[in-house]
Amino acid sequence: MLALSDFLILSALLFSISIAGIFLNRKNVLILLMCIELLLLAVNINFIAFSYYLGDTAGQVFVFFVLTVAAAEAAIGLAILVVLFRSRRSINVEDLDALKG
Amino acid sequence: MSFDHTMLYLTAPEITLALLASAVLLLDSFLKPSQRVLTYIATLLSLLIVFMVTFATHVDSSLMAFDGQYIRDPMSDVLKLSLFVLMAFVFVYAKDDLRRRGSERGEFYALGLFALLGMMIMISAASFLSLYLGLELLALCLYALVAFQRNSASGSEAAMKYFVLGALASGLLLYGISMVYGATGQLGFAAIAERLQQGQVDAVVMSFGLVFVVLGLAFKLGAVPFHMWVPDVYQGAPTSVTALIGSAPKVAAFAMAMRILVDALPSMQEQWQLMLIILAVLSLAVGNIVAIAQTNIKRMLAYSTISHVGFILLGLIAGTTVGYASAMFYALVYALTALGGFGLLMFISRQGFDAENLHDLKGLNERSPWYALMMMLVLFSMAGVPPTVGFFAKLAVLDAIIRVDLLWLAITAVIFSVIGAFYYLRVIKMMYFDKAECSEPLQASTDTRFALSLNGLAMIGLGIMPSALMSVCASVFA
Repeated sequence: MLALSDFLILSALLFSISIAGIFLNRKNVLILLMCIELLLLAVNINFIAFSYYLGDTAGQVFVFFVLTVAAAEAAIGLAILVVLFRSRRSINVEDLDALKG
Repeated sequence: MSFDHTMLYLTAPEITLALLASAVLLLDSFLKPSQRVLTYIATLLSLLIVFMVTFATHVDSSLMAFDGQYIRDPMSDVLKLSLFVLMAFVFVYAKDDLRRRGSERGEFYALGLFALLGMMIMISAASFLSLYLGLELLALCLYALVAFQRNSASGSEAAMKYFVLGALASGLLLYGISMVYGATGQLGFAAIAERLQQGQVDAVVMSFGLVFVVLGLAFKLGAVPFHMWVPDVYQGAPTSVTALIGSAPKVAAFAMAMRILVDALPSMQEQWQLMLIILAVLSLAVGNIVAIAQTNIKRMLAYSTISHVGFILLGLIAGTTVGYASAMFYALVYALTALGGFGLLMFISRQGFDAENLHDLKGLNERSPWYALMMMLVLFSMAGVPPTVGFFAKLAVLDAIIRVDLLWLAITAVIFSVIGAFYYLRVIKMMYFDKAECSEPLQASTDTRFALSLNGLAMIGLGIMPSALMSVCASVFA
């Protein structure tokens, strides 16, 4: 039998990996989008684990909403990516440097 | 959960707006580009209708609907009514700007209305679930709006940065929510507060949750050190969209902070107060000092927003009803002031030219004395010069924190405001004492001119009679 803490550690690991991915990645914007998905999935593991161990279904309902929103978010993210590629001909993170001051 | 008609009565504003926004979207798809003005009129009519519906169904006490997901209280009514007014100004200002950029498409109005719906849901959220959905509805609309001008490289870059950091902030907030859920077993704000009151929660998990929730909030508010998206988004987005992002969402973010910190986590006030103090002091310092170095006026106003967010946080830090009322007053006044600033920037822009740099404002007084006066009132209000309303907003917040014996914090805030006054006054000096670089007459439609004058005069009107709005703000927390 797995303990609640096992799930929490797994989700904390995935969460840290995705945050590290967002800040360390200097190559490709697509990887940023993947990291964002991973971030939301890590949260989902947390919700499901708590929901199971508390014997309360509200957490699982929340997960459905998070999944739905994540799908909408991915759609907008990819749309912005297409617009970005059209105007810049590049999706390199290091090229996103026109705005600063 | 049982269903009864009072639920529909309570949620009437949201339902009406959802229907009207869909109708505007549908209407627009049947119109020719030359008939786009009809979409604009329909949008303003929608705002008027939803204003009347909200006003007609207003409540005097707090009522819940949909099994504790939705709350209708005097605070939500006042904030929603002011959002409608703010959004009406946004649409009036944006119309000319969109036409000039050749991107007058109906999506702007539909996305704006859906963003407004998201803000209303945030304001009326009574559980983390509805709060999250409102927040995402707002954020998704704003991401799309920032990239609205599809051929602009800076717009798409700003949208990408906003999207990544916004999604990161939602992730942090969600992680915090999951921890709070794990510690209390509840998602509703009132239920969480009750559990915490009873004291049977795991303190470690709960503090973890609190830290992540406050991080997510700080990101959304744009408080230092989570402010890096604000200047880029303000600068990169079309000015009409910047006006939207810089005004109404600040009011919604204030409501979100109130719901989470005051409704759900009142018993952890000592912990969140300390975190907010750090955020507020850093925001005031970085916002005011870095703004001095800016040459792009949209970027300068972004740093000015950051410092004003610091002030809104000060009101929350006080932790008293006086403090909350002053923070609400500040948020409303700031949103109106910022709108005036961006509205005037759009007014100065012309075909193929965006007023973006400080020197574009040079000699505005020669070109148009009346609108130079309006801009001066707006800038005085941002700097907090009496008798404009910005002064009274700052005064109310400082008064609230002095009453809870945080004198050092009030002194810090005043010192940074004085530093901040420099860059507002520099703009006024440029408008009145420098030679104009271009002498083309300024053009705008009648409704824009009217709205700009109304907005500028509101700065001084509300400043002469601050008690009217202030008493409304105080009454919702009584």
